[in-house]
Amino acid sequence: MTEQDITLTVNGTEHELSVEPRELLVHTLRDDMGYTGPNVGCETTMCGACTVQMDGDAVKACTVLAVQADGAEITTIEGLSDDGDHPLQESFQEEHGLQCGYCTPGMIMTAADYLEDKPDPDREEIREALEGNICRCTGYQNIVNAVESAAEKMHAEDAAADGGVIEEGGD
Amino acid sequence: MYPAQFDYEKAGSVSEAIDAISGHSDAELIAGGHSLLPTMKSGLAEPEMLVDIGDIDELHGIEHHDGHTHIGAMTRYADVAEDNTLWEEAPVVAETTEMIGDRQVRNRGTVGGNIAHADPASDLPGAVLAADATVHIAGPDGERSVEADDFFHGMYATDVGEDELVTGVQVPHEGTAGAYAKKPNPASGYALVGVAVRLTMDGDTVADARIGANGVMDHGTRLEPAEDAVEGQALSGDSIGAAGDAAGSSLDEYMVMEDQQASAEFRLQLLGAYTERALEAAGERAGVL
Repeated sequence: MTEQDITLTVNGTEHELSVEPRELLVHTLRDDMGYTGPNVGCETTMCGACTVQMDGDAVKACTVLAVQADGAEITTIEGLSDDGDHPLQESFQEEHGLQCGYCTPGMIMTAADYLEDKPDPDREEIREALEGNICRCTGYQNIVNAVESAAEKMHAEDAAADGGVIEEGGD
Repeated sequence: MYPAQFDYEKAGSVSEAIDAISGHSDAELIAGGHSLLPTMKSGLAEPEMLVDIGDIDELHGIEHHDGHTHIGAMTRYADVAEDNTLWEEAPVVAETTEMIGDRQVRNRGTVGGNIAHADPASDLPGAVLAADATVHIAGPDGERSVEADDFFHGMYATDVGEDELVTGVQVPHEGTAGAYAKKPNPASGYALVGVAVRLTMDGDTVADARIGANGVMDHGTRLEPAEDAVEGQALSGDSIGAAGDAAGSSLDEYMVMEDQQASAEFRLQLLGAYTERALEAAGERAGVL
């Protein structure tokens, strides 16, 4: 079967490679390119462990063909911050938002996409936003805590950038 | 879990896509791929060739016109769910897309892919029926349009022919009270039963009602007895209750879907309850309840 030439920009670096049409994006990222942040969990679009951002939106990389992603910009957990210090990454540590950690990259990549759209969510909204990410350890409580805490930090950082005024309420 | 091997071609235009599938005995179109890829990974489908229509510019986007909105077939659920005009003018469509799958699925799955696939447990068919939408289809002989009522034929079967593709859905700006209520399958999130409602109000009176159901029959189905139960009178607890009682009355009970999650009998009970919930939500949205 003929391989296809594709271009993927992963975490800001452009890669040219040849893939079989049937190759899933998560395998291309992990096996061909060494980005092992996205994990292979259920492989049936249910668990969200493979979540990456494709052109800025969270997607499940087990349900995208690499050829479909040709030309796209992909962000994996490795590219979310330079030193693993994105507010979400810090908050997941501080709030014990993980135990085994297998779901964590997907959780964080979905949450990062969500907080861009909705910087000040309530707990119920956070739960709904993460419904496509399954965790079998934590019982979710600390994951919600972590996202809530990260949203507050990001809110405060934005406010600091705007001259130190923290607006109450938000939307 | 790799799919079986296939040839792949990315179409740059609708005519390229039609040329690619015409005369090919075993080619499938792929849009967002969120129905097709899981089917292929599990070995239930092994097409020889995939024609990717996901990057065809003319199939993307939402256009608002006087009296209707055109949704390009490759428009993602997430984009429909964020469209303020659709929330105002056809809320049943906006609310339904917001309730499909999860965030990541809504970032990939497309309106055209959904209705062309016609999964009986999917959410959009009921909304397309309730909204009285028109489906635009292109093929080797040109373009044609089909009313939603004539579009869904059966399980995974629609009016779209072998060498045709859905190019878009036209949603009229009518019946601006609408809602979708569903009982999701707890594992998959697909609808065990989902009910989509569109009400055209004349003051407090329901001038016209359109109700479409998912998950109950082998394809999205109008619930005309429930529509009749609320039309021509003010929306009230009584009329909504009557609609719930009537919801399944025109359906052949032996044709009602049945699986390990829910018997036909239970589905019919859910159908009544969720018809009432959808009507209540639509009434609240219209400010008459």
